[in-house]
Amino acid sequence: MTTLTLAKAINEGLRAAMEQDPKVLIMGEDVGKLGGVFRVTDGLQKDFGESRVIDTPLAESGIIGTAIGLALRGYRPVCEIQFDGFVFPAADQIITQLAKMPLRSLGKLRLPVVVRIPCGGGIGAVEHHSESPEAYFTHTAGLRVVACSNPVDAFHMIQQAIRCEDPVVFFEPKRRYWEKADLDRDATPVPFDRGRVVREGRDVTLLAYGPMVKTCLEAAAAAADDGRSVEVVDLRSLSPLDMEAIVRSVRKTGRCVVAHEAPVFSGLGAEIAARTTEACFYHLEAPVLRVGGFSTPYPPSRLEEHYLPDLDRVLDAVDRTFAF
Amino acid sequence: MTFDASQGAEAPPELVQLLTPEGERVEHPHYDIDLTPEEVRDLYRDLVLVRRVDKEAVALQRQGELGIWASLLGQEAAQIGSGRALTDADMAFPTYREHGVAWCRGVDPVNLLGLFRGVNHGGWDPAEHNFHLYTIVIGSQTLHAVGYAMGVQRDGADAATIVYFGDGATSQGDVNEAFIWASVFNAPVVFFCQNNQWAISEPLEKQSRIPLYRRASGFGFPGVRVDGNDVFACLAVTRQALKNAREGQGPTLIEAYTYRMGAHTTSDDPTRYRVASELEAWKLKDPIERVKAYLFRNQLADQDFFDAVDAEAADLGRDVRKRCLEMPDPEPLDMFDHVYVEPHVLVAEERDEYAAYLAGFEGAE
Repeated sequence: MTTLTLAKAINEGLRAAMEQDPKVLIMGEDVGKLGGVFRVTDGLQKDFGESRVIDTPLAESGIIGTAIGLALRGYRPVCEIQFDGFVFPAADQIITQLAKMPLRSLGKLRLPVVVRIPCGGGIGAVEHHSESPEAYFTHTAGLRVVACSNPVDAFHMIQQAIRCEDPVVFFEPKRRYWEKADLDRDATPVPFDRGRVVREGRDVTLLAYGPMVKTCLEAAAAAADDGRSVEVVDLRSLSPLDMEAIVRSVRKTGRCVVAHEAPVFSGLGAEIAARTTEACFYHLEAPVLRVGGFSTPYPPSRLEEHYLPDLDRVLDAVDRTFAF
Repeated sequence: MTFDASQGAEAPPELVQLLTPEGERVEHPHYDIDLTPEEVRDLYRDLVLVRRVDKEAVALQRQGELGIWASLLGQEAAQIGSGRALTDADMAFPTYREHGVAWCRGVDPVNLLGLFRGVNHGGWDPAEHNFHLYTIVIGSQTLHAVGYAMGVQRDGADAATIVYFGDGATSQGDVNEAFIWASVFNAPVVFFCQNNQWAISEPLEKQSRIPLYRRASGFGFPGVRVDGNDVFACLAVTRQALKNAREGQGPTLIEAYTYRMGAHTTSDDPTRYRVASELEAWKLKDPIERVKAYLFRNQLADQDFFDAVDAEAADLGRDVRKRCLEMPDPEPLDMFDHVYVEPHVLVAEERDEYAAYLAGFEGAE
């Protein structure tokens, strides 16, 4: 058992994957000598060399496009997009090529490429460094989209993503990079397309992923003080969704709130609410509510505490489900 | 605003040519080629056969059997010359017009038609032929090729990668990123640009103020313009560039200067944007006629040979037509296959739901 941060857990997961499979490569901006701007790839180039940990030119489309070519040659590239807001130059390669080429080939080509994206706000950054673009990718068939919320999942999920034969967009909650947890390397991980109940409860279900899981756990603890039993499900897999886990929880509690940092409108919460309502219609005591970012571009950082759903806004939504 | 002539930007472009439009063999100081008569006859046969496949595909589209077709008419020499320069171990990344290169890589022409008929998005095994699937988004494949070449480099393999694109693609960000990547990683890749003068309706001057091959120098690797209607020159120049790549000398940009004698695709109407005299001028530089003239002039082939090639082409055309019409439509549920390699709960669920929906119609009229 070791205690490590979420950033270090991904680092250790990457290291383990690289040790197990010589075809695993890391590529991105500043991932080599510097070890990445968040130090997630720290020390890997020193140990695995420049041909396996590749400092790339500053061009995101180039990173994904060449990763596709490397995958066609039998490699398993793990690409780092430095910040969420910088993924859009690569969106064409991700959406029109990475997601679609396996089908285009009638299954003859596989693209086991992982696109790592530090996501979300809360670090006081300038524009384009705090976004939550997951819904752009969950809307794209051919991609798997996952989000880790804690060091233990991060360690296992990055390795599962690398072993996966499908392309995976891997979201990392950047404001949680420094959160610590105890890791048992030998524990059997949950399959990475499954959600997980991270706090059991009876009265209402909170669905969250990535950075919002911690916020929701804090909200559940606060609600418990008021005598309300809140269940928190960490979705982990955003595409596909683990509807089994969601439905099991919501049928039990009868109430559901989805929380994410991304704007509520056309966000992943909309899909979850629709599916949950359809599957749990006769069990619901109230409509599925959503709490998240507003329909504004991400604000200047002095305002981000108003934009990001915090404990109080989550609890406000919980309260509203009891008002019906 | 003008270029500073002292920097050479206005120097006349150089063109590598080994066979004139009249079929006369000429020398070039840097490039040479030594072909046996049989090899020349084989090139001629390739050129004629791919033109015949193309002609059949255009006819099939006109008759409603293909949704669309992108004709290679006029670009046969660029494609056969470069395609025949490849070794089996080399990998090629095409656009959607590389029917001649596909021929050289042993792809069954009927398999090219599936995409245009709408039965699949790509009907051949790229690994079997070392010929990637057609890429429709302009220029995307240049990055795939460079990445693939970086893999070849890591494998220490004795192979090069070639990527095809057009004059329009040179304006794409991906193509410029591919040039940068290839340059800084010294990737074993050949950029083969068929400058056919037209990006649908846009002439070259909408893409570039300088000859395209000169772009390479800004990226730090050699560029060369070759007569794209001269199969000898395309073969020689590509062979050399591939050799350089395999030997660790990095990328080359080849600009094959040619002409799209047909429409962009069967949906296009070139009479709206270009004059007939331009086409007439390029007809005099036809890539097939000059090889025929060379074979005649040097008594390397007789009339029986040309008749035999024509007969083979006719047979091929008939065969392609027959098998195109026999191509089965995919089953509705096929669209759910191969979206993911590993089990995917949502796709499986939707597939089952749609199967049940379809089953509800069984027996009903």
